[in-house]
Order: sequence, then structure tokens, then C-alpha cells
Amino acid sequence: MIELDARRLMCPMPVIKTQDIIKTLASGDNVRVTCTDPGVMQDIPAWCRINGHTVVSSEEIDHEFILTIEVGPN
Amino acid sequence: MAIQRKAVALISGGLDSLLAAKVMLEQGVHVEGINFYTGFCVEGHTHAIRKKDKVKPKRNNALWSAETLGIKLHIIDIIEEYKDVLINPKHGYGANMNPCLDCKIFMVGKAKEWADENGFDFIITGEVIGQRPMSQRKETMPVISAESGAEDRLLRPLCALNLPETLPEREGWVNRDELYGFSGRTRKPQMALAEKFGFDDYAQPAGGCCFLTDKSYSVKLTDLWASRGKRDYEIDDIMLLKVGRHIRPKPHFKLIVAREEGENNFLQGYRKQFITLRTMSHKGPLTLLDGTANDEDLELASKIVARFSQGRDADVVDVEVTENGVNKSFSVQPLKSDEIQEAWRV
Ligand code: SF4
Repeated sequence: MIELDARRLMCPMPVIKTQDIIKTLASGDNVRVTCTDPGVMQDIPAWCRINGHTVVSSEEIDHEFILTIEVGPN
Repeated sequence: MAIQRKAVALISGGLDSLLAAKVMLEQGVHVEGINFYTGFCVEGHTHAIRKKDKVKPKRNNALWSAETLGIKLHIIDIIEEYKDVLINPKHGYGANMNPCLDCKIFMVGKAKEWADENGFDFIITGEVIGQRPMSQRKETMPVISAESGAEDRLLRPLCALNLPETLPEREGWVNRDELYGFSGRTRKPQMALAEKFGFDDYAQPAGGCCFLTDKSYSVKLTDLWASRGKRDYEIDDIMLLKVGRHIRPKPHFKLIVAREEGENNFLQGYRKQFITLRTMSHKGPLTLLDGTANDEDLELASKIVARFSQGRDADVVDVEVTENGVNKSFSVQPLKSDEIQEAWRV
């Protein structure tokens, strides 16, 4: 599992960081992104739907928003 | 079978770029979107700050556009490179601090670079002649094409009929007869086309795509540069210009006073970087002090902060000032409302 710390970044920066790390990963890899901007709960899933990746889980723990993404094909 | 040509579309999140991309998709072109994040974009983060805005979470319209179109979207962070565009715009500013023409040239240029790197044939934008006073005029269209380096690989599907033929048209990659000749400030043709395509939930941002077109934001940015004696900024500076009341009682310092709980929480994140003031005897907003301040300044700052606390009518309010982890206390009488000079408000 790859970890991405996107705490204190405001949207769309967490989306950009997620996009940039996914570019370096292979299909089937998992990445867990930890954020503090609640906007990611909308924006990261939208970005994943558009680009063919799957949000495996998303949860809020102690004011942090944690999404696990499985990288799609290509 | 003819090769399917590829176009990269500048997607702002507004209706025009959505329509331009759709017109290309309808012609069988492979389209992917590109969206640039300058740091000043209205899209995105501000909704995360103010509590009242959280009730109805704001979608990112560029992502929404891409999803509606069924295309990929590449979001590019251009915060650093954009500084030069904003600080030294060759073509100047619009009504506020918006360097729209230089901005367009820069973005189209970046899109061209991206297209070259990724094997795309041409670039499309949702520009319409006469739609915006600074950047979307008949005279500026060739300037953008030339100075961006995109030349005749830049196609504007919504106003192409008012412009010379571009490479994609000449080569037959797109059919010119199915492009449009919109012009002027009217939105009616766009709305009609949106209806034809079945788009009904599109964004209609009142103030354009970025904070630089906003008067009060531009005033704050100019004040920041004047106070520092240089035209420069970091991302934290531009974020903080969007938050709180900004009060500059002295040229060498400014106060950023939270207006509500969401802003209070947001400013908490900056406690270590700034001198902070908090009222202790009464409830009050968290305040950051940007600049330098001696004890006399801190006392004045405390009186101002006390004014915005629930102790505004009290004889004495206790204020704690923290700088580099060291606390100082001030017991002050809050300023009266008429003692907060209009000229201090940025
Ligand atoms: S409004 Fe802002 S983002 Fe849009 S063209 Fe002007 S400067 Fe660029």
C-alpha cells in the first residue's frame, strides 16, 4: 500500500497529488490518501470515476479524510 | 478508416469550455481535458474554509464537466510558473488584478506542450469573440494563437466561423460547417446549444474563473505587495487573502481576523507561522498578525481584536499574544467601533 499525505492541502491540490502519484503506479496497485480538506470526499471520487480508478474505501477519522484507491488500467 | 484525431480541451468548469469539447466529441474527435490550477481558481478550496459554505458542498466544476462529457481530465499545478504571469503581465491587467490575456497565452502554451508530449493533434478552447472585454476580442484571438506557440493548431469551436481556418479544419480532421460563429456578450446561443446537448446543470459562475477578477481580492493583493515592498507571493499568502477580515492599522503589520468558526479552524493551521492573538476573558475570533510588531503595536492589535470579541463593550478584555511559542498577555479596553478607521480595512 502506497501512502500519500495530503494533509493541510486544499482542493484541488490533493487531487493533483493523487493524480501525480497514480501516474507512477501500475494497474491494481493501491494508494491510501490522507487529507484534511473535506472537499476531497467529492473531488477524489469524481476524478477516479473520470479516469478509470476505483475508490475502495473512504472514511472520516478524527477530522481526517482517508481514501483508498485501486489504480485502474493504463 | 480515417485516423481518429486527438484534441486537448482547456476545461475551466464553465459552460463555454464544456460546449466546445462537446462539439468536438460530436465530430468524432478523441478529446481529453486539461485544467490548470493557478492558486487563484474559484474552483476548489474556499468552500472548505467557511462553515456556512459546507452545508452545500461545492462540486469542482472542471471535474463535473469532464464527467458530463465522459472524458479524462488532467489537472495541472501551475502555481509556481503562474507567478511570473501575474507579476509581470506583458499585456497588463483587466479591470482588477486579472492578467487575462497573458494568462490565456500561458495556458494555451502549456496545453500545446502537453499535446506535443502526449501525441495530441490540436488544442481547443471555449473562447467566444467579444465574450470578455480583455482576452476574448477579435484582435486578441490571433495574439493568443501566435504567442502561445499553438498557431493554427488552436481551434475555437464556438466562434471558428468568425476566424480564419485552422489546421484541423483545413486537414478535414473537423468539419468547419459544423462549427459555430458565436460572438458578443450574449449567452443565448450557448444556452440554446446547452439545451440541444441536454446540459442543464452547468455552472454559471458570477465572477468568472478566478479570484483575480474580484475587486476586494485584488485590493488585498495590492496591499500585500505594497506592504512588503515587493511583488511576490507564496501559496499561503494567496490562501489567506481569501479568509477573514483584513485590517492594517500600521504599514508594517496587518491583522487577519476570523469571521466565523470555519475560518477560525482554518487560521489555526497557521498558528506556528504567525503571531497569533486570542481573547482569553471573553469568546472571540482567532487573529493572525502578518508583519512585525513591537509591544505598542501588540497592544493596539489587542484592542482591535477585543473589539471583535464578545467583550466588545467590556471595560477590560484579556488578550493572549503568542509568538514563536512564547505567550504575552495584554489587558486592554476594546476600541470603539468608530476608532477602527475605515482606511485600516483592506
Ligand atoms: S479570469 Fe483568471 S484564470 Fe481566467 S483568464 Fe483571467 S486571469 Fe486567467
